[in-house]
Amino acid sequence: MVLYLKEFKIKWGMVIDLDRCTGCGACMVACQAENNIAPPVDASDKRYSLTWMLVYQLSNKQPYPNHDVAYMPRPCLQCGKPNCVPVCPVIATDKNQEGGIVSQVNARCIGCRYCMAACPYHARYFNWQDPVWPEGMEKTLTPDVSTRPRGVVEKCLFCHHRYMYARDKARIEGRDPNALNEGDYIPACVEMCPTGAMVFGDLENPEHKVHKLSKSPYAFRLLERLNTKPQVYYYSKREWVRKQGDNYLEHETVGGV
Amino acid sequence: MSDKELWPEGVQRCSLKLFIAWLAVIFAVLAWGVYAAYVVWAGGLIVTGMDNYFAFGLYIIFDLAVIALGAGAFFSGLLYYLVRVEGLKNIINLAVIIGFICYSGALLILTLEVGQPLRAWFGFWHPNVHSMLTEVIFCITCYMLVLTIEFIPIILENRKLNKIKFLHHMAHNFHVIMPLFAGVGAFLSFFHQGSLGGMYGVLFSRPYAFREGFFIWPWTFFLFILSAVASGPGFTMLVATLMEKMTGRKLVDFSVKALMGKISGTMLAIYLVFKYLDTWAWATGILPRSGLTFSEVFYGVAYGKWLLFSELVVFGLFPAVLLLYSKTRNTPWILYSACTMVGIGVIINRYVQTAQTLAHPVMPFDRWYVYVPTWAEWAPSLAVIAYGALILSLAYRYLPVFPQERKLNQA
Repeated sequence: MVLYLKEFKIKWGMVIDLDRCTGCGACMVACQAENNIAPPVDASDKRYSLTWMLVYQLSNKQPYPNHDVAYMPRPCLQCGKPNCVPVCPVIATDKNQEGGIVSQVNARCIGCRYCMAACPYHARYFNWQDPVWPEGMEKTLTPDVSTRPRGVVEKCLFCHHRYMYARDKARIEGRDPNALNEGDYIPACVEMCPTGAMVFGDLENPEHKVHKLSKSPYAFRLLERLNTKPQVYYYSKREWVRKQGDNYLEHETVGGV
Repeated sequence: MSDKELWPEGVQRCSLKLFIAWLAVIFAVLAWGVYAAYVVWAGGLIVTGMDNYFAFGLYIIFDLAVIALGAGAFFSGLLYYLVRVEGLKNIINLAVIIGFICYSGALLILTLEVGQPLRAWFGFWHPNVHSMLTEVIFCITCYMLVLTIEFIPIILENRKLNKIKFLHHMAHNFHVIMPLFAGVGAFLSFFHQGSLGGMYGVLFSRPYAFREGFFIWPWTFFLFILSAVASGPGFTMLVATLMEKMTGRKLVDFSVKALMGKISGTMLAIYLVFKYLDTWAWATGILPRSGLTFSEVFYGVAYGKWLLFSELVVFGLFPAVLLLYSKTRNTPWILYSACTMVGIGVIINRYVQTAQTLAHPVMPFDRWYVYVPTWAEWAPSLAVIAYGALILSLAYRYLPVFPQERKLNQA
């Protein structure tokens, strides 16, 4: 259980460059396909759809010609101090494995949705309907990702099955599975991003790009002051974008340069 | 045709025909609720107004409200059996029955609320000791058991059942050990009422609900206990009054009602002192620390500032004054109005803690949504009220619930 910040030797994380993201949605599609998310019954009803990876549109709210937008992909932020973990009454979610990924055990979840109430990022999704795949499409399911029944909560796991593949591959090759090289393990969304806006790696490893990027003055985390310590960083040279990463009172200044 | 032999000794009841007609109305509402339950179980929670934004809805608001209003059972029990407030003897049976109805009704609604009802027992089998909800699951279930134990001797005192020697002795022995169960019940109820408040207070990333800690508990833990014990006794008294109006018979002496009102008023005043301090600390501490202003956490009519004003002043301070001042407290219509207002105040509190907490956009680029419950949420809630009416009707007709009834109705 995490009531305090739990430290890990390996901390898988992401840095998303919002100045590069075009909002194309490829990450969302990749995530849906990779993680066996069934096509929604009514895709127009966004408040019932399952989007482990969701792209938000940010706006500087200035009139033309100063108008500017940015797109913010939002996976589960794998908080260092996740609020969802201590509230779960049945330990269906936890943060205990090296790598610091917040797990979700579908077979344990009772569907009370307290974790959804606790998450300020809306990163957790409830299965409102039975998952149904059109005939033939079931052949495209990822074999190592369990499908979820109606009535349980699910979330992005940084494609944890890919982590398992990478560790197995390292073992077969005689390498240390706890010392993966950069690029050995990346989630589907990162692999699919056409602009290279998403970078993935070990935040604790100085040899990984994310380590350096996360230390940049242009890097920020969503709702930093709530102290959830996300393992997903955003990056932007635009001050108004950084400012929208958190709530700021009028007299407060945003971090960065 | 009459069932007179089953009535408590020396009392009058309506004809069986009229009683059956009344039960038919109750069963009609119950049937609607049972149908809604079937629809929810068969079709899933998609038929409700809840969504990815509103993880909790009317089911939870209703549960929190009835559990608060049912607090008359544990608090009256505590005052009667342990503190020895003798006047409560005449209403304690009713308080226990209302508690039983409220808690069993809440548990029934909870079977609809969870996405996987068949896994509900996981709460006992795989408990997370850090979760406030685990504490709620354990305490509510155990307290439900205590309320059942407290209800049994009242059932066994039915005129016919009491003639069976074994049941007569059993009822007597249950009464003897009742202070023990009152104590256990008070302990359990104290914790789960608190944990229900704690459930919201620990949401450190939801600034509308989050509160600082007092030892290991956020102080919403204590606010929920105090608001429940402020509304519970008044609600019990109101139910007694409603039963009097419906049956046309005097059931409880007014002095007992005024005593319940006094308990409600006193506890409400204590609660309000802490609630005002809490609101001030929240508005000047937690909100600015989260980068929010007081105005930003209110929106439109559904989540407007009027709710806060209503909760703290109109349905808080105002009835507290009316109940503390003996002249107004001893005027029946003022007493009833004031206790009704206290109940409305606690319902508003449970509503905003649930719906507003979830509706408030924490991310700066997110937006407010308004939660609207569907019929599939209203129907089971109304059915629980009908279920309460059923238990109360049967209890009133066949069990000696009101010790004063005979004396008060002597011509």
